[in-house]
Amino acid sequence: MVGSPLQFLDVAKKFKRSKGEVQALQRLSFHLAYGQIIGLLGPDGAGKSTLMRMAAGLLLPDSGQVLVFGIDTFSPDNRIQSQIGFMPQRFGLYEDLTVQENLDLYSDLQGLNKEESQKRQQELLALTALDPFSKRYARALSGGMKQKLGLACALLRSPRLLLLDEPTVGVDPIARRELWEIIKALKEEGTTILISTAYFDEVERCDEVILLHEGQLLGQKTPGEFLSPLSNHTYLVNRKDSSRRQLQEELRFRQGVIDARIFTEGVRVLCMDLQIHPASGENWVPVPPTFEDAFVSLLGQKNVLADSPELPTRILPRHEINPEVVIEVNELKHFFGTFEAVKGVSFQVRKGQIFGLLGANGAGKTTTFRMLCGLLPVSAGILRVAGVDMRRASTSARALMGYVSQKFSLYGNLSCNQNLSFFSAAYGLKGKERRQRIDCALQEFQLSDYRDVNTDDLPLGIKQRLALACALLHDPLILFLDEPTSGVDPLARREFWQRVNGLAEGGVTILITTHFMDEAEYCDNLVLMSRGEVLAQGSPVEIRSKARNDVCSQPSMEDAFIYLIQEHEAVIRRFS
Amino acid sequence: MNSQRLRGLIRKEFLQILRDPSAIAIAFVMPVFLLLLFGYGVSLDSKHVNIAVVVDHPTPETSSFLGSLQQSPYFNPIQYPSIRIARQAVMSHHVDGIIWLRSDFSRNLLQKKLAPVGLIVNGVDANNARILEGYIQGVWQNWMNQRALDSKSPLLAPLQGQIRIWFNPALRSQDYLVPGLIAIIMTLIGALLTALVVAREWERGTMEALMASPVTMGEILVGKLVPYFIMGMGGMLLSVAMALFLFKVPLVGSFWVLLLFSTLFLLAALGMGLLISSVARNQFVAGQIAIIVTFLPAFILSGFIFDIRSTPLPIQVITHLFAARYFVASLQTLFLAGDIWPILLWNGLALIIMALFFLGVTWRRSHKRLD
Repeated sequence: MVGSPLQFLDVAKKFKRSKGEVQALQRLSFHLAYGQIIGLLGPDGAGKSTLMRMAAGLLLPDSGQVLVFGIDTFSPDNRIQSQIGFMPQRFGLYEDLTVQENLDLYSDLQGLNKEESQKRQQELLALTALDPFSKRYARALSGGMKQKLGLACALLRSPRLLLLDEPTVGVDPIARRELWEIIKALKEEGTTILISTAYFDEVERCDEVILLHEGQLLGQKTPGEFLSPLSNHTYLVNRKDSSRRQLQEELRFRQGVIDARIFTEGVRVLCMDLQIHPASGENWVPVPPTFEDAFVSLLGQKNVLADSPELPTRILPRHEINPEVVIEVNELKHFFGTFEAVKGVSFQVRKGQIFGLLGANGAGKTTTFRMLCGLLPVSAGILRVAGVDMRRASTSARALMGYVSQKFSLYGNLSCNQNLSFFSAAYGLKGKERRQRIDCALQEFQLSDYRDVNTDDLPLGIKQRLALACALLHDPLILFLDEPTSGVDPLARREFWQRVNGLAEGGVTILITTHFMDEAEYCDNLVLMSRGEVLAQGSPVEIRSKARNDVCSQPSMEDAFIYLIQEHEAVIRRFS
Repeated sequence: MNSQRLRGLIRKEFLQILRDPSAIAIAFVMPVFLLLLFGYGVSLDSKHVNIAVVVDHPTPETSSFLGSLQQSPYFNPIQYPSIRIARQAVMSHHVDGIIWLRSDFSRNLLQKKLAPVGLIVNGVDANNARILEGYIQGVWQNWMNQRALDSKSPLLAPLQGQIRIWFNPALRSQDYLVPGLIAIIMTLIGALLTALVVAREWERGTMEALMASPVTMGEILVGKLVPYFIMGMGGMLLSVAMALFLFKVPLVGSFWVLLLFSTLFLLAALGMGLLISSVARNQFVAGQIAIIVTFLPAFILSGFIFDIRSTPLPIQVITHLFAARYFVASLQTLFLAGDIWPILLWNGLALIIMALFFLGVTWRRSHKRLD
C-alpha cells in the first residue's frame, strides 16, 4: 500500500545489552490507514517505544523497511521529520525555558515563519489552555500541563502523522480527558495519530488497536473486533456474606475462570467459555466485555501463568486483624514557606485496610504521604502512626513502616540479592534471621531467577516486585506505596494488586496513592484530595454515589473523580 | 544549514546558560576563582624563608655576613645559641635550614684560607630545598664580592658569573602561571561544560525531541559549538584582562596572535567535549571523562606548572596527545617572550591538526539516530 502514513515491512530490531542481545522487534509488518487514531498496547518491554522511535526515523531497522508516507527512514534527508510530530515519553521539553520559549524554539526548528508561528502558537495555546502560563518555566508546570505543552510543541507544523509515546503516564484523569479532547480535534483535521498507552479505557477510544507482545504483533483490529469473541464470557459476581477481596481470591482459583478482579460493587469474572460456574449464594450478572478482558485473555495465559505458576496465597507478614485505628490524622497541615500545601486534612485508617489517597497532580497527596512516613515535618495538627506521635518520635514509628517510593529507590547497579541484603541490613536484620528473610522474599516474590541480575536490567514489573520485597523485609505493620504502578504494564499491575490484597488479608495496613481509577476500586477507603483539601472520603461506593446525577446515573470512579474535582476547582481554575 | 533553525538553537542555548547556575559557575565563577587562587595563593618562589643562624664565635665578619642575609628578601634569619637547639628548630619545622658559622670562620677568612659556611637544609620538599641552597650560595657570593670590593683586594674566585634573567627578569611565578591558566579555563568551558550540556540533553530526553524535528545533526552540532565558542572566548578575554591588569603580567607578543591561538585551542577543546558527550550520554560519566582526559592533563601534563622536559620519556611522549600542551607552550611564549614564530608555528600546526581531528571525528560519529 503506497502512501500509507506509516508502514512496517518485516521489521526486526536488536539492541546490544551488557549481557547479550535483546530482540526488541521481530518480523513486524503492519500499516496504518489515513485519519485514524491507532492505539498501541502491550506490556513493558513489548517494543512499543522502539516502534515509535523507528516510526520517527530515530532508530533504523536491522532488517526490513519502515516507510513514512512512502519514504524509507533510511533516506538521509529530513522530509520525514517535517511531516511528523513526535512526543517522546518525557515530553522533550526544556525545563529551564518558559512555555513561550519552548514553543518559539520548536517553531524555529520546524521552520515556521513569524506570522505562521504566531498564529499557530495562539491556536495551540488556546487549544491546550496554556495561555495564562506562557511565561512560566516548563519545570514549574504540573505533569498534565507539561504533557499538553509537549503535545503543542509536536503540533506546531500541523503534522500529518502524530506519534505519542505513552503521553498519559503519571498524568491525572482530568489532564488525560483534556488530552483526549485535543486528540479527537486533531483527528477531525485529518491527522493520523499513533498513541501508545497503558490505559485500557484509552484503547477503547481508538479506531484501531495494535497489540504488541515481545516484539511481535498479536493483532491489529478495531476494539470491537477484539471484544466480540468475549461476549457472554464476562460477569459481575456478588455475594452477600463476604468481602469483595475474599470473593475475588476464591473466584480466581475456580475452574473455568481466567480472571477475577474487583470492580465497583462486586468482582468481575472472565470465563474460559460460555459456561458459568456459580457457587451457592453468589449472584452472577452478565456484563459487556472491556478491553482489559481482551488483553488478559490474549496475554494472560502467556504471561502471568508462565511467569508465576502459582501466586502465593501466603505473603510474608501475618498480623492479627482487629479494628484498631493504626493511623490517625487530624487537621494536618504543611507549609512550604508561605505556601500551604496541605490545608487541614483529617482521616483515620484501621488495621488491615487498604487506604487510597487520590488527587490530581499537585493536590498535596505526596506531601501528606511524606508526612505520614515521617519524611516531612508536620507543620500543624495531630498525626499518630501506630500510636506514636510523629511530631515527637518519628524514628521509632519508622521501624514499623515499609515504604515503596514512586521510582522504587533501588540501587540500579546492584543485583536483586544485593539490594535485598542491603535493605535488610539497613533495617537492622542480622545473622540467621536476615538470611531467612531474604530467602523467603526471593521465594515469595519469585525473584530467584533474577537474583544475580542488576536491577537496571530488570523489566519495570520485576523491579516493582523487588521494591515491594525490600519494603517488607522487616515485617512492617504499615506499608506506604507511592504511585507504585505508574508506568507498569497492566499484567504486572494486576499481579501487584493480588499481592497487596494478600498483604491486607494478612493484617498489614496499606496506604497507597495512584492515578489509575480502576485501582481505586481495590481500596477499602479513599480520600480524594484537591489543592491541599479533602474533597470526599469514604468507600469507593460512597464516593461514586456522590457523583450520581441526572447526566450520569452509574458514574465510574473516574467520572466521580473528575466531577468532584472540577466542581471544586471550577472557580479557582478559571482565575489561576 | 538552515539559518532559522540554527538561530533558534543558539538562542535556546544562551537562555539555558543564563538560567543554569552550574553553567555560570563553570564559565565565570571557576575561572575567577582559579585566577585568584593561582595569582595570589600559589607561588613557586621561596621568599621570607625562616632560617636558623648559629654563630659559634661572633666577630665583625660574622655580623657582616648576617647583615647581608638580613637584607636578602628570601630569608628571615633567626639566631640560635647552639647548633643543638637549631637542629631542634628544624625538627619542629620552625626553620627550613641552618647556617652554621663555626668558631674558626673569621680566623680562616682573615688568613685567606678556606672558610666553610655550614649549611643544613630540610630536604623534605626537594624543590624548595634546592632553591634555598641556591639562594644561600647567591648571598654568600654577593657578600664575598662586596668584601673584595671594599678591601680593594682581588677576588678569591677565579670565575665570576654575570647572570641575566631573560623573559621574566623579576622571576615572578605569577607571570609564568597566569598565562598557562588560560588554557585550563578554556578547557573547563570548551570540554567540560560542553560535554555536560550535551549529556544533559540526552538525560532529559530533549535530544530525542530535537532529533524528531527536521533539524539536521550538523545544525545541532553547530548550535552547540557557537554558544560555547563565544563563552570560551569570553573566559579567555576575562583571564587575559585579569592577567594584564590585576596581576600585571606583561604581554610581550601580539594580542591578535594570542586570539588566533586561543581560537585554535578552543576549537580542539570543543571537539573533545562534543566527542565525549557522543560517547557518554549521562552527565556523571561525561563529567568524569572530561575531567580525566582534558582537565587533569591540562593541569599536569601541559607544562603549565611542571616542566615537561623533566618528566620521564614515556610521559613526555604522552603529553603530545593533549592539545593543552601546545597551547600552554604558545601562551608562555606569547606572554613572556613575544611572537617567536619558530616555536609558535609548530605549536599552531599541532593545534590545527588536533582541532580538525576532534571536530572531524565528532562530525563523522554524530548521526541523527538514538542508537
